[in-house]
Amino acid sequence: MEWANQLCENRQFGSKMTDSKYFTTTKKGEIFELKAELNSDKKEKKKEAVKKVIASMTVGKDVSALFPDVVNCMQTDNLELKKLVYLYLMNYAKSQPDMAIMAVNTFVKDCEDANPLIRALAVRTMGCIRVDKITEYLCEPLRKCLKDEDPYVRKTAAVCVAKLHDINAQLVEDQGFLDTLKDLISDSNPMVVANAVAALSEIAESHPNSNLLDLNPQSINKLLTALNECTEWGQIFILDCLANYTPRDDRESQSICERVTPRLSHANSAVVLSAVKVLMKFMEMLPKDLDYYSTLLKKLAPPLVTLLSAEPELQYVALRNINLIVQKRPEILKHEMKVFFVKYNDPIYVKLEKLDIMIRLASQANIAQVLAELKEYATEVDVDFVRKAVRAIGRCAIKVEQSAERCVSTLLDLIQTKVNYVVQEAIVVIKDIFRKYPNKYESVIATLCENLDSLDEPEARAAMIWIVGEYAERIDNADELLESFLEGFHDESTQVQLQLLTAIVKLFLKKPTETQELVQQVLSLATQDSDNPDLRDRGYIYWRLLSTDPVAAKEVVLAEKPLISEETDLIEPTLLEELICHIGTLASVYHKPPSAFVEGSRGVMHKRLPARTGSGESTESPDVGTAAGGSAPEAAPSIIPSQGDLLGDLLNLDMAPPTTSGPPPPTTGMQMGGMDLLGGGLDSLLGGDIGGSPAMGAGFGAAPAVMPASLNAPVGGGLGDLFDLGGVGMPMGAYIPPKIVWLPAMKAKGLEISGTFARRAGVIQMELILTNKAMSVMTDFAIQFNRNSFGLAPAGPLQVLTPLGPNQTIEVSLPLSTVGPVMKMDPLNNLQVAVKNNIDVFYFSCQYPISMLFVEDGKMERQVFLATWKDIPNDNESQFQIKDCHLNSDAASSKLQGSNIFTIAKRTVEGQDMLYMSIKLSNGIWVLAELRVQAGNPNYTISLKCRAPEVSQCVFQCYEAVLKN
Amino acid sequence: MINSLFLINPSGEMFLEKHWKSVVSRSVCDYFLEAKEKALEPEDVPPVIHTPHHYLISIYRDKLFFLSVIQTEVPPLFVIEFLHRVAEMIQDYFGECSETVVKDHMVMVYELLEEMLDNGFPLATESNVLKEMIRPPTILRSVVNTLTGTSNVGDTLLTGQLSTIPWRRAGVRYTNNEAYFDVVEEIDAILDQSGTTVFAEIQGVVEACVKLSGMPDLTLSFMNPRLLDDVSFHPCVRYKLWESERVLSFIPPDGNFTLMTYHVNAQNLVAIPVYVKQSISFFECGSDGRLDVTVGPKQTMGKTVEGVMVTVHLPKTILSINLTATQGSYTYDNGTKLLVWDIGKLNPQKLPNLRGSLSLQAGAPKPEENPSLNIDLKIQQLAISGLKVNRLDMFGEKYKPFKGVKYITKAGKFQVRT
Repeated sequence: MEWANQLCENRQFGSKMTDSKYFTTTKKGEIFELKAELNSDKKEKKKEAVKKVIASMTVGKDVSALFPDVVNCMQTDNLELKKLVYLYLMNYAKSQPDMAIMAVNTFVKDCEDANPLIRALAVRTMGCIRVDKITEYLCEPLRKCLKDEDPYVRKTAAVCVAKLHDINAQLVEDQGFLDTLKDLISDSNPMVVANAVAALSEIAESHPNSNLLDLNPQSINKLLTALNECTEWGQIFILDCLANYTPRDDRESQSICERVTPRLSHANSAVVLSAVKVLMKFMEMLPKDLDYYSTLLKKLAPPLVTLLSAEPELQYVALRNINLIVQKRPEILKHEMKVFFVKYNDPIYVKLEKLDIMIRLASQANIAQVLAELKEYATEVDVDFVRKAVRAIGRCAIKVEQSAERCVSTLLDLIQTKVNYVVQEAIVVIKDIFRKYPNKYESVIATLCENLDSLDEPEARAAMIWIVGEYAERIDNADELLESFLEGFHDESTQVQLQLLTAIVKLFLKKPTETQELVQQVLSLATQDSDNPDLRDRGYIYWRLLSTDPVAAKEVVLAEKPLISEETDLIEPTLLEELICHIGTLASVYHKPPSAFVEGSRGVMHKRLPARTGSGESTESPDVGTAAGGSAPEAAPSIIPSQGDLLGDLLNLDMAPPTTSGPPPPTTGMQMGGMDLLGGGLDSLLGGDIGGSPAMGAGFGAAPAVMPASLNAPVGGGLGDLFDLGGVGMPMGAYIPPKIVWLPAMKAKGLEISGTFARRAGVIQMELILTNKAMSVMTDFAIQFNRNSFGLAPAGPLQVLTPLGPNQTIEVSLPLSTVGPVMKMDPLNNLQVAVKNNIDVFYFSCQYPISMLFVEDGKMERQVFLATWKDIPNDNESQFQIKDCHLNSDAASSKLQGSNIFTIAKRTVEGQDMLYMSIKLSNGIWVLAELRVQAGNPNYTISLKCRAPEVSQCVFQCYEAVLKN
Repeated sequence: MINSLFLINPSGEMFLEKHWKSVVSRSVCDYFLEAKEKALEPEDVPPVIHTPHHYLISIYRDKLFFLSVIQTEVPPLFVIEFLHRVAEMIQDYFGECSETVVKDHMVMVYELLEEMLDNGFPLATESNVLKEMIRPPTILRSVVNTLTGTSNVGDTLLTGQLSTIPWRRAGVRYTNNEAYFDVVEEIDAILDQSGTTVFAEIQGVVEACVKLSGMPDLTLSFMNPRLLDDVSFHPCVRYKLWESERVLSFIPPDGNFTLMTYHVNAQNLVAIPVYVKQSISFFECGSDGRLDVTVGPKQTMGKTVEGVMVTVHLPKTILSINLTATQGSYTYDNGTKLLVWDIGKLNPQKLPNLRGSLSLQAGAPKPEENPSLNIDLKIQQLAISGLKVNRLDMFGEKYKPFKGVKYITKAGKFQVRT
């Protein structure tokens, strides 16, 4: 202890009365000296000696050898000496358990002392001695102290129960201390209540399922009373405890909110944030049209703003929480943008958080201000911050469409600065802007290309390559640019390699004549010379596609990409709801549910926001009760897919969020006749003999990772076959409408056709009955469909092999595929059919139930469902009534399942069952539904949400048909 | 709850550790030291650090790190607030918060920490209560203690700990009864190159020094309480009365305390007392630049602006500077590139100006960043928001106290961009 020696020297200079004098005895024999002093008769000398011992202890010196001598000093009426001895005991009892027993008698005696301060001190210290033998003796004194007449002793004893529980949980339960502790919640003294709550909360954390804090309106009332009178720390414990309560109705919720609101003006920021948590949670239950609701919203803003003028560490925690609050209720802080402006001497961790919130608050109204700020930040010194600021400009462009042009020009200005990392970030975000607003800002490509050489970060290189590939037709020397990257192909990172592969394939499809050599080169680099399975697989897929059917390849690779979503980096809604319940905790700082990381808590309960009572609006939250047990995802899905997201990027078709990474969808169509993919026909374009490559089989075996659900139909069928998915699940009892006459005999020279549609084993069938009502024999039947909304087409010839004699009837079933040409029909499910026979060609039109197109893998994951439901704008929602249906919800659900309408979750609110369902159409359109069934009421209500709202009417008709048959 | 506390100096040496539950090895601090190594400045160390078994929550204050170790889910703000209390307690007891002071009073700090938390739960954090239990060191007391054998640890049960007014001790007696209030307002502002206000707000605080005997019940009212819509109070203030009548009614703690803090951010209410004309430019070619800064009064409500100081962090590539100030003096530290111009009083007739040339290191490119100016200033007898105390009434005691109110406006984070 060098400094201790120094201090000793200092001491020589003056009569400074400081503790440093206790550090003089660092020489050998010190222990011996101390021992003598501890056993001295003089009180004062004893005390000084104990102080010396403590001083040595605090700096980590081992003075445990003095244990018996120090314990001997314990029997004293000098409070200071007693306290010092206790300090020593707490530190060393564990290492000397046998000796510690010596102290027990004194403790037990002190617990009976007339002075409550001594009683409290004894029970407090005893709890800190983590020795099993001592805890046995602790029980009786503790029991007395819990019922002590003095509240100071009671409140100390309450904490002691938590200590004891930490040492020996079983003992605490056996001795019934938990019940005594629960009784203390009703204590007359607010400080005792607060400590009891704190102790119970801590114990409850290790017993997630015990009902320790059993809150009811009476105990809530007591807590609220204590809240006004206890210390600031007690208020934190009580507020955190209140947040776990679920009020019975909105009235109770409002009254709690009213009593908690004054805490928002507390000087202690932890009290403020805990109060915010309670209010954010209970607000959920208040009807939005209530005056009080808007009053409350207004009251929440000022305290949150005030937190930002506190110390930077407090600001940081506040900002992390505000980030959540802004996502949940943007209206609270929408006018407070300026308080998030960054000051140049803010610590970096505060700067980055502020920036994030600025983007979340950005809107058309304030975008000019925000952009001016961001541009300012982009010239700061701190590299990380500058990068994030540049990215933020891109996020603004994507979020606020009106500002896109301004953002792009700002980014161009920044590129002109030629500051290397600024340029690279700018290019990465411009790529995203292109994805959001295709064909709008391509004029800037030339400027981007000028900076090609300065890019050295993989993400920026990949972004630039993507841009070149995507707009190859507008860049004269695209091939040269890409070729220049190809030279060092194997030195590039995977994301650049993948992007380069895709870009060159795109280029080839756009300018096939000049780039054959280039594409060959990249394909062979990717497939033959690479160890990376992702790269190899992608290479093979392209290769196979190009060699088999260049037209299909074009449709896949150059398919129109879904636009990227407006909101970026949002936290997934269920997780957000859970985190709102954890405002002010570590979970809120890490934006992860507590179950994901808190070590001490085993199996934490997932908290949920309370549902609004009697909610009449179904738009609010399709709260699919994932309550306990449902594990929320680890991290929020970021919606702008990162370049590293290999699966999503497969085939260069980033899926619209959120993605399901389930198994690939089973094929919906029939076997495609002429598309023998694994056979020959590879020579059409390249002449490369791909079948000969031994890696081939393995490559394909590994490849079926994710097939984008939204692939357009023609290729969907083909690729599905490619990956040979095996059997398709057997549906049970799909609804088949009765056959009706489509073509009366009088209109078709004696040929009558009636029929219906069915879906069997995943295959759509058109079931026809042909009747010859004419006098002559009919032969040479053939059938053709006009273009239709879902690309239905006969998958084979009409199998009428024998001639159809007069008055003869034949039943034929015609398998259909969904890969035919598409044209939107009105009504949507209209199908125009031409049938030919030896007499003439006849035309008729029929309508198929859209349920034929519901595919077997239409069961969405809950999380995805929730996110999608929120993501689809409310305008796309339509509501229908199904009258006179007498099924209960379970029967309805299983009936619908037969027609591939999948129930994902069920929730019962006040006798009303809400079923959440998903449907997927053969062309990849998802329909989400909420079906409400009230027991005893034959009228169902159904709400449908779909990105293509036109289908809703048809889907509704299916529901009606399925449920009523 | 809070498991352990470590005090660490800027060079990474731990000089005090205190455990309230089981002992946590000090090796846990390695995670923190690692983060500290990564950070450019000590201020930039992230306040919450996740380690495999613990959480480390730290604050940086008075050039010391206060690092707490926690094991279970605890509100981080609670921990941070507590750490600041520890720092304030040290300051309060020993007059300053520094490594030397803590080492000099190691045992007392240890005793205090023991009183502040029990099993990680806050026990006594009010300075009044603590001082009754463990008396602050004075030379006189030490001498008396040595002679009489009395200790400096109180041994009576503290009234304050359990009454509903834990912040005030009973039996306070003064011969001179006095109550002083300081209304201090700080202007936080960002001005852009052209002098337009990008952002401005006022952080106000009412500091009190109340030395009154017995149990006085005070009521403080303002001329214009409507200004205050965003306030936070000392726990002694009766919130209901504020809500209904807009007066501050309270039984004060004894001695110095912060009665209230408030926040005014309505743009039109925030007057900017000075303007700054500045240009810092570097020539495209060559290795020179110029700096020219003038400061003048703007909205001062007829008061004099004093203690004006301009601080600039110049770009790293600056080699040397050669400036002339028409008023005050400037200092420049070439190591930190920090230019401080101490102007003093602002004279509206003769505006202070600082100008001259900057030279860059040979071959260095034109600096990319634009240095911001930090302005410091003071205006006596003015609360820039216009807040005025109306009157102070006392109930519950018979004597007549001396009363006084002082106003002062300062610059908080007042920045001018270039």
